[in-house]
Amino acid sequence: MSFTELALGNYLALAAVLFTIGVFGIFVNRKNVIIILMSIELLLLAVNINLVAFSAFLGDIKGQVFAMIVLTVAAAEAAIGLAILVVYFRNRGDIAVEDVNLMKG
Amino acid sequence: MALQAAAFWILAAVAVVSAFSVVAARNPVRSVMWLICAFFTSAGLFVLIGAEFLAMLLVVVYVGAVAVLFLFVVMMLDVDFVELNQGFLQYMPFGALVSLILLTELVLVGSTFVFADPDAAGRAAFSAAGPTNAEAIGAVLYDQYIYYFQAAGIVLLIAMIGAIVLTLRHKPGVRRQDVGKQVARRPKDGVELIDVKPGSGI
Repeated sequence: MSFTELALGNYLALAAVLFTIGVFGIFVNRKNVIIILMSIELLLLAVNINLVAFSAFLGDIKGQVFAMIVLTVAAAEAAIGLAILVVYFRNRGDIAVEDVNLMKG
Repeated sequence: MALQAAAFWILAAVAVVSAFSVVAARNPVRSVMWLICAFFTSAGLFVLIGAEFLAMLLVVVYVGAVAVLFLFVVMMLDVDFVELNQGFLQYMPFGALVSLILLTELVLVGSTFVFADPDAAGRAAFSAAGPTNAEAIGAVLYDQYIYYFQAAGIVLLIAMIGAIVLTLRHKPGVRRQDVGKQVARRPKDGVELIDVKPGSGI
């Protein structure tokens, strides 16, 4: 880590902080699924920052290719997650995750 | 180099603040806006280390598609968000504890690892010479990773079909086009000749 120039450690530290914020968001917003989905996007963004930083600082482009695949999966996940959310809202008229216990038996 | 470092610290600070605002905002629409801000600053950070293609991809895919999708869903659902956010303070201590532990672990790992190949850290990819970032990615992606590229396309196709199947619904009482019915129709079903006697109705 360095304060006066770009270093790999800087990017790793930023990604660690973003990842932690994402996990924190999942914990504190237990009822709001939309915020949980956004927190998952933040987690994947932190992962992408790690991949791109390693790719750039090790001089290997493959990390960026992998980050692209992660981006694809993140977009697919968001689309499916929001679709499930819309269907759930149609059926229940609410999106509180704490009430999702119909399949407990 | 000092200018780049200054840009990094500014962008990093904005990214962290907007990421925290995503999870802390009361109004989900504001959360989406902060998410867009976080993605934009991350794109800036990618540009800083020479990953221009992924930076543009982040803006196009995340800001242009995913965030707008979030915005649509947030505005479409008629939910009382004030009630949804009530557990915030209740779960805050536990969430903060877990986050603190996680961050400590990440920092410990990040501060103690060493490169297996010490020379590798020196040969930075962001040099002005050589192929551009997009060219370099394309050369690797369409050559070595062509099957992964195809698999990514299939993942997107399945996600699209899944989202459509999940959300498509036929409301009763709404007239819809039925092509099979239209094609199966014959002239003798469509036209009926009636011999109406004068002075009487049908």
